[in-house]
Amino acid sequence: MTLTDWFNKRKIQQIAARDNDVHIDDSIGKLWTLCYNCSSQLPKKDLENNLMVCPNCDYHFRIGAKDRIKLIADENSFEEMFANIKPCDPLEFVDTQSYKARQESAKAKSGLDEAVVTGTCLIDGQKTAIAVMDFEYMGGSMGSVVGEKITRILEYALEHRLPSVVFTSSGGARMQESALSLMQMAKTSCAVAKLNEAKLLYITVLCEPTFGGVTASFGTIGDIIIAEKGARIGFAGRRVIEQTIRQKLPADFQTAEYLLKYGQIDFIVERKDMKEKLSKLIALHTKK
Amino acid sequence: MNDTNKKVQILDFEKPIYKMQDKIEELKKTSLDANINYDSEIEKLEEQTKVYKKELYEKLEPYQKLQIARHPQRPNFMDYVHFMCEDFIELHGDRHGYDDKAIAGGIAKIDGKAVMLIGTMKGKSTKENLECNFGMPQPQGYRKALRLFEHANRFDLPIITLVDTMGAYPGMKAEEMGQGEAIATNLKEMAKLDVPIIAVITGEGCSGGALGLAVANKVMILEHAYYTVISPEGCASILWKDASMAKIATDSLKITGEDLLKYGIIDEIVKEPIGGAHYNAEEMARNLKTALINSLKEYENLTKEELKAQRYSKFRHMGVFVQ
Repeated sequence: MTLTDWFNKRKIQQIAARDNDVHIDDSIGKLWTLCYNCSSQLPKKDLENNLMVCPNCDYHFRIGAKDRIKLIADENSFEEMFANIKPCDPLEFVDTQSYKARQESAKAKSGLDEAVVTGTCLIDGQKTAIAVMDFEYMGGSMGSVVGEKITRILEYALEHRLPSVVFTSSGGARMQESALSLMQMAKTSCAVAKLNEAKLLYITVLCEPTFGGVTASFGTIGDIIIAEKGARIGFAGRRVIEQTIRQKLPADFQTAEYLLKYGQIDFIVERKDMKEKLSKLIALHTKK
Repeated sequence: MNDTNKKVQILDFEKPIYKMQDKIEELKKTSLDANINYDSEIEKLEEQTKVYKKELYEKLEPYQKLQIARHPQRPNFMDYVHFMCEDFIELHGDRHGYDDKAIAGGIAKIDGKAVMLIGTMKGKSTKENLECNFGMPQPQGYRKALRLFEHANRFDLPIITLVDTMGAYPGMKAEEMGQGEAIATNLKEMAKLDVPIIAVITGEGCSGGALGLAVANKVMILEHAYYTVISPEGCASILWKDASMAKIATDSLKITGEDLLKYGIIDEIVKEPIGGAHYNAEEMARNLKTALINSLKEYENLTKEELKAQRYSKFRHMGVFVQ
């Protein structure tokens, strides 16, 4: 082996090791998690027992749709609906990866068929229509399926005169479906209009993160708008705004706390209090 | 507006046409100077130019259309008001402390009928553009539009919106004032109106900022205008991590009238003059006016409930999925 061969071999090994990084991380990541906010190393078990909220700094980690439903719904009361609606690739969109491939990997990553789970559940015995978005599936982006499922669950709420709660967590409209995604904003908002006319309670809970097309449609037209503690919520992304106005934005810009200050949301709720708050709100709007 | 003394800015892909035209001019001059008859050659060349021009504009690539849609001399809201309306009284303000110049609106008379005409406003000069923020509305613009929608609803005026925007303004103040909420509320409230609404994408129809004026019974688009969820540049920088991939993103996003018609997102394409609306704003406005008058007739005999139901069902059926 010449010296150059040795270097080449080492380089290949390094690249291979880098590719395996995810795997190595996994074994550590199973036990410990680093808090994004205060950088403390947290035993994953403790974090899970604390509803994925950092015990040191109260940072609310993003949670998946299934976990959130467990936190909100009375035990075994959630009945999933419209799970049969699945995505396709109408525009045959290809960027650095094909849309089909992205759907596959999103499915593997999130264990879901799409970025929203819809159905009905009991919240302290009160039947409620819920839609919960999941950021793990393609950044919670809204394409035809997300728009359709949300519209259907709202229409179901209309038909059965149920209160509805939507938990958002989304980067915005899904680019891979272009204008079709854009139209989902109109579709879902039109469904909310019908709830308004029927005087049915529609609550939105904005969770980390809620941006773009979701903020500019069903997310911010709730009769009551709640934000989860620390969630970042906005229309345009922070970077885009900084590039446009050419100035640094305050550190707390677009956080739930910032939006509360500017009158954009009704109140902020910590994860542990979420169910209680929702339950109370629904009860207060229900005529006995 | 396209006055004869104001030169049209030439786009890169149009240059061959102008080269050919220059050649013709040159030939004409030589023929005059040297007193030689080149008439047959000139005629041939002119014919060739005409054919070339026709073919070029008929088979524009999406990226070329994008450039026409963004042409700085493209007719703006006030040009359409000037050429289409017999009368126009502009109304200002959102009644909450602001008057966003990026959205203009008022009561207009078109073909003898009163309508509420609202649209995004782009400037033609830097000064105008600074005033109307390059056609990028703030939340107060959408709230002004909403106030005018509600006015139209109260007095039974059909609503026409003309949309040409790069999107809602991404600013700090805009976020604090609830840019997302302002757009969302328009989407929701437009669904409740019981007058006919016709929306026209006249240039750029970018993202929620455009949709905020376009939840309509009928959505039309001008031949070279485009309508998309995100600007091709934005899409390229997110998905390809490289803004210079915008041309490819433009193709992928399927933003042209023909594509949008195929997916049921728009209902009608309005023809532009050869070369694009900026070559003849008057002709463009005439085409649009005819299309608008015909469209309004379609909704004349519908009841309030029918109008709302038609609008709801139109958007209700948008989207492609399997089940």
